[in-house]
Amino acid sequence: MFESEFMRLAFAVGAIVGVLAPTVGFFLVQRRMSLIGDGIGHAAFAGVALGVLLDISPVLTALGAAVVGAVAIEWLRARRGAAGDQALALVFYTGIAAGVVLISIAGSLNVNLFSYLFGSILTVTRGDLALMVVFGAVALGLIALFYRALCAAVLDEEGARVAGLPIGALNVLVAVLAALTIALSMQIVGILLIAALMVLPVTAATRIAWSMRSTLFLSAGIGLASVLAGLTASYHANIPPGGTIVLVAAACVLAAMAVDGLRRST
Amino acid sequence: MQLALELEDLAFRYERGELVLADVSMTVAPGEFVAIAGPNGGGKTTLLRIALGLERPTAGVARLYGEPAASFSRRRLLGYLPQRAQLGIEAPATVREVVSAGRVAASKLVGRMRARDRELVDEAIERVGLTSRAGAPIRTLSGGMQQRAFIAKALAGEPSLLALDEPTTGVDAESQDALGELLAHLHSELGVTILYVSHEFGAVEHHVQRLVLVRRSIIFDGPPHELAGMWHDPSHTHV
Repeated sequence: MFESEFMRLAFAVGAIVGVLAPTVGFFLVQRRMSLIGDGIGHAAFAGVALGVLLDISPVLTALGAAVVGAVAIEWLRARRGAAGDQALALVFYTGIAAGVVLISIAGSLNVNLFSYLFGSILTVTRGDLALMVVFGAVALGLIALFYRALCAAVLDEEGARVAGLPIGALNVLVAVLAALTIALSMQIVGILLIAALMVLPVTAATRIAWSMRSTLFLSAGIGLASVLAGLTASYHANIPPGGTIVLVAAACVLAAMAVDGLRRST
Repeated sequence: MQLALELEDLAFRYERGELVLADVSMTVAPGEFVAIAGPNGGGKTTLLRIALGLERPTAGVARLYGEPAASFSRRRLLGYLPQRAQLGIEAPATVREVVSAGRVAASKLVGRMRARDRELVDEAIERVGLTSRAGAPIRTLSGGMQQRAFIAKALAGEPSLLALDEPTTGVDAESQDALGELLAHLHSELGVTILYVSHEFGAVEHHVQRLVLVRRSIIFDGPPHELAGMWHDPSHTHV
């Protein structure tokens, strides 16, 4: 399996995505904003379409669109111009609609586009790996640095705001990290499924963990295991990697629910 | 002496036009234990949010320790327990993690906690009587214990002013009384100013020095016993 360079690259990038997506997703799930990843993913779709239309790197345009979408959601939420779910819906539908229109103008509804939507390990390059290594290190470093403040915002946002924590900036930090994670992970898992990798490992970990810290580490572990197992199954069975990875993560949630149920009954 | 809180001719109206507060003026001196009570929808939570700088009044002025509440620069002086629905009670956090979160604003924002911060967290947990449950997940505790853990979180920041919004919601009667005793003890021991906002103030009835009744405007402001005949309920006090 590892004779081919594309598989080595896919596993290396996949390992980073497997750890990073749930680590960022942890702070979204605990704030009951699990679906924000979907909203940002749809903004990223518009970015991919723009890249195809302008014939420039879709990863870069998706990155820009995802960050704009994420900041827009936070801005709308913070200003109370719209409730959280309405802000999400606005970005969600605007993103997908803009993507469809731009792709139609470009006349490029082709297989290449589907590789961004559903993931394709064949598209990963050494440049992508280098980008992911740098970004992964920066993102995990930022989370480690601000971990206590991010947890304070999760546990009691209003209390933290009254005590003087810069809640707006912390929320924007999480949203931007989510946007960058989505844009950079879309080649492996796909825009439509990356949000699942940010949420499902955290859901599974929450069932069996005993603290915030253990939930975070278990989430990253389950995410990593899901990606590695999913990529392996995808290679051997010749099935799409994104869907396979998410199905493994979903199976982890069911297993965690079973363990939790057993623990409660004893 | 600088007042802890000053509200002058406050009014608050929602964007859709509903008037919530009108002509509200009151002051709170440092070290006072004040219950702000009133019916649901009477404006007491809005009053508290304006006092803490979380909402801007439509008219009037709110000052904390002499500064405009909305731009108050010494926020580490404040400890706040919001309504239960806004707390991360379902988060997979231990009591110690919850209480440690209250130390972030008072210590350095980034990096690990210092030894002194850890000591203050342990002290706060001990003050609310949860030392033996410090490692327990918050979601496994009773409603009363959860509230005590979040009070410890507010205390960990060593506040001069502690504001609590409906702290007895979801707490059984026995734990409500224990909560009242705890607040009275904190008030006398630490000298912290306490603003206790609730539609139900039986838990602190015998401990507060002053009761403020709010129904759009302030309809009573004085010692609770002056109002006793009007509202007393042998089990709990509802307004």
